Amino acid sequence: MKYTPHTPEDVKHILETIGVASVDALFDDLPEAIRNPKIDIPAGLDEHGVLEHMKGLAAKNLSLEAAPSFLGGGMRHHFQPSAVNALTFQSSFVTAYTPYQPEVSQGELQAMFEYQSMIAALTGLDISNSSLYDGATAVAEAALLAMRQTNRSTVLVSRGVHPEYRETLTTFLECVGAKLVNLELEGTITISQAVEPDIAAVIVQNPNFLGSLEDMKVLAARAHEAGALFIAVVDPLSLAVVQAPSEYSADIAVGDGQVVGNAANFGGPAYGFIAVKEALMRQLPGRIVGATKDVDGKRGFVLTLQAREQHIRRAKAKSNICSNHALMALQSAIYLSALGPNGLREVATVSAVMARELESTLNRVGLKTLTTGKYFNEFVVKLPKPAEEIRQALSKKGVHGCVPVPLEYGFGNAGLFAATELTTSSDIAKLEAALKNIL
Amino acid sequence: MNAVLEKQAINDFPLIFERSKTGRRGVIPPQAAKAKGVNLEDLLGADNLRTSSLPLPEVSELDLVRHYTGLANRQMSVDANFYPLGSCTMKYNPKVNEVAAGWFTSLHPYQDPNTAQGALELLFNLAKDLGQITGMDAVTLQPAAGAHGEFTGILMIRKYFESRGELEQRRVVICPDAAHGTNPATAAMAGFDVVEIPGNERGEVDFAALEAALNPSVAAIMLTNPNTLGIFETRILEISAKAKALGIQLYYDGANTNAIVGRARPGDMGFDVIHLNLHKTFTVPHGGGGPGTGPVGVKAHLEPFLPTPIIARSDNSFKLEFDRPQSIGRVRSFYGNFGNLVRAYTYIRSLGAEGLHDASSMAVLNANYLRVKFQKIGFETAYNRVNMHEFVAVPPKGMKTLDFAKALLDYGIHPMTVYFPLVVSESMMVEPTETESLETMDRFADVMQEILLKAKANPSWLEHAPYNTVVRRLDEVAAAKKPMLTFQKLSRN
Repeated sequence: MKYTPHTPEDVKHILETIGVASVDALFDDLPEAIRNPKIDIPAGLDEHGVLEHMKGLAAKNLSLEAAPSFLGGGMRHHFQPSAVNALTFQSSFVTAYTPYQPEVSQGELQAMFEYQSMIAALTGLDISNSSLYDGATAVAEAALLAMRQTNRSTVLVSRGVHPEYRETLTTFLECVGAKLVNLELEGTITISQAVEPDIAAVIVQNPNFLGSLEDMKVLAARAHEAGALFIAVVDPLSLAVVQAPSEYSADIAVGDGQVVGNAANFGGPAYGFIAVKEALMRQLPGRIVGATKDVDGKRGFVLTLQAREQHIRRAKAKSNICSNHALMALQSAIYLSALGPNGLREVATVSAVMARELESTLNRVGLKTLTTGKYFNEFVVKLPKPAEEIRQALSKKGVHGCVPVPLEYGFGNAGLFAATELTTSSDIAKLEAALKNIL
Repeated sequence: MNAVLEKQAINDFPLIFERSKTGRRGVIPPQAAKAKGVNLEDLLGADNLRTSSLPLPEVSELDLVRHYTGLANRQMSVDANFYPLGSCTMKYNPKVNEVAAGWFTSLHPYQDPNTAQGALELLFNLAKDLGQITGMDAVTLQPAAGAHGEFTGILMIRKYFESRGELEQRRVVICPDAAHGTNPATAAMAGFDVVEIPGNERGEVDFAALEAALNPSVAAIMLTNPNTLGIFETRILEISAKAKALGIQLYYDGANTNAIVGRARPGDMGFDVIHLNLHKTFTVPHGGGGPGTGPVGVKAHLEPFLPTPIIARSDNSFKLEFDRPQSIGRVRSFYGNFGNLVRAYTYIRSLGAEGLHDASSMAVLNANYLRVKFQKIGFETAYNRVNMHEFVAVPPKGMKTLDFAKALLDYGIHPMTVYFPLVVSESMMVEPTETESLETMDRFADVMQEILLKAKANPSWLEHAPYNTVVRRLDEVAAAKKPMLTFQKLSRN
């Protein structure tokens, strides 16, 4: 395949205009020794050939559409309304660049302004940027923000925060000499304790990785008593029914937006969100859209507060982020608009209801719940064999099983199960039958 | 809501919140009936419940469709407009990529790897291909964007020096003053001090200045080649030899790889690390600002430091490998922007090495054509020499680049990159890409000439352009002075 349009006559005309003899002559600045290397990759295919090849690869996967899924742990398979994908993947959204020319980018800019407003609505906080890469890097950016704001360099993170988010946080903090301390769990709930006065931020996830709903009000109060910022890592779907970060005075709320409108995409792209209290606005990383007026007094939207960003501030920028995850944030905004507050509450409530049905079924086949306290729609059960083995055995029976719970939690063999509004009683019956066979 | 509607001028495009009406419903989710009569206090605990309102828009499905179709129509894009935005590589994004990507969306990162063998095989082979294309020994596909790739690459360099006990001493990262802003920002984020090196009169990095800055305290030199002026650093082999002699790592900012892909490999130039912007060179769409994808390739000595997990092959199956004791760790959740990796993989399968060679050839051909056309119609080009995939021009004295950008909008052409690189004042950076035809480029040159002639006859016309866009010049100063960042704030105003 080629997507280059020139005919041989075009090339000839262009070369004459430039005044060079050949296309190769345009590459004379390249050292001769390195020109035109052999690149050992398969020869190009025609379009049909490519599609056949891709179909072959796709056939080696078991799609979430093809088998019921009980997988959670940061991403889940939720229903995607037809209108959401149809509207998101309009080519003028997909093939646009960053809206640096606002007069011809009002669609994207307004959509991002609305997205920011929806994140503010969900979290109850004042300000959102227009997206980050994912939940993990959003946690890291939030911690760095808190360090800038407080001028302190130790961060306290609950072990209930997603293990991959904590690993990412470790990577980001280590290189700037910051210290990361774990806040331990009792059962599956974060122990609230007095916070040392040199802590920049306390990071707690709600519901946490093991499913438990945390006592966010107490944890936030303890952080604030020590002058630390409180960072809530939240599941945006849960916020339809679970207390919002503003209700426990979180300073920063972050999370991964996949569960509200993005496909799981084998882990990406989805998007990370970050919302803050107004006082932290100028510390935010990434692009922010603001409302203004044009010369005729018409309302319009622009990228704003750009003095925080790398293309202006270079080494002194708040973050190095340039590209964000705008298209995924757009998809999420369309999803949230399609459902509205009532639809989102229904999705959250049905997910929670089906999770109870799932839990009692798992308990019935002998798998004990390890998650303590209340949970939203994910919970951990003790397993008699390694979770990887159970997951594999389940997949052979056409069920996407459970997420292995890392050994650091001290449960031995344990699996995280999730239910969504797509989980039906017959899905659970299928899981039950498969488990009876496996256990 | 009424007060807000009053404030909304009749010709303002409404916000989705302004279309909202309490009680109106759009999509009804699956099993919605099961939500009826549920006691959430019992289920979740009274203390855990949300008590504040949830002010999301309430619209019908048709409202939703009208709204987002309307917004889509208030937007320029590659599919609709010529988009010669320098450094951003706004080439055509093939439709076949989108079709193929659609077959891989419903996969969970934690599903049994035996049920994701197609996905893992694709990742394994894409990493291998990118290694071949760049001349690198190993590639991670995890970084979410170019800047994220830079961060990953610089952290690997950091870890490498740490493993050699040299980290205390290696404090400095060198960048040219014309570098992308992400380079110095990344180095700072990774805990290094940044030293900027000036360019010379030929548009290349000043070799003497660079040489003078090299010493054992330097950890890395970050270069873009061709650089941000669209010029190939002709002394690259000398630079890499000097760096190597002092143990300094050479970092390749791959934002401009599209100029040389298939024709030269950064690995062969002596670079130790490279990130690629798959959303530039490998046709992943830009999505209105992202998601991007920034794989990082490294030479063998840096391979132990790659982020976890890596995709490994054993016999005929593929698996995720986590046990990498020297790894920098994780840089994000899961395995990367997989959906975009599918698109890039599809593109590489479509083109093969021959097609990639053709793509960079035509990209450079087109950029040189437009450079010469620009010179013919009265623009100066910053460095009078053959350029690569893009070039920098400046308008005649006294005229503002910004005004040309705004005037172009009325002609349905997206402007070139303006005021970057910062080292050329009034710079306009033009990158036509390889997928644009002769006719499109000729029209662009004709339009630029027309704007120039009209502006000479009537300077005020140029200063007030555009005239026919959905909004005209916007007050960015007011936007920053009194930030209105949400509907909630706007409606209280």
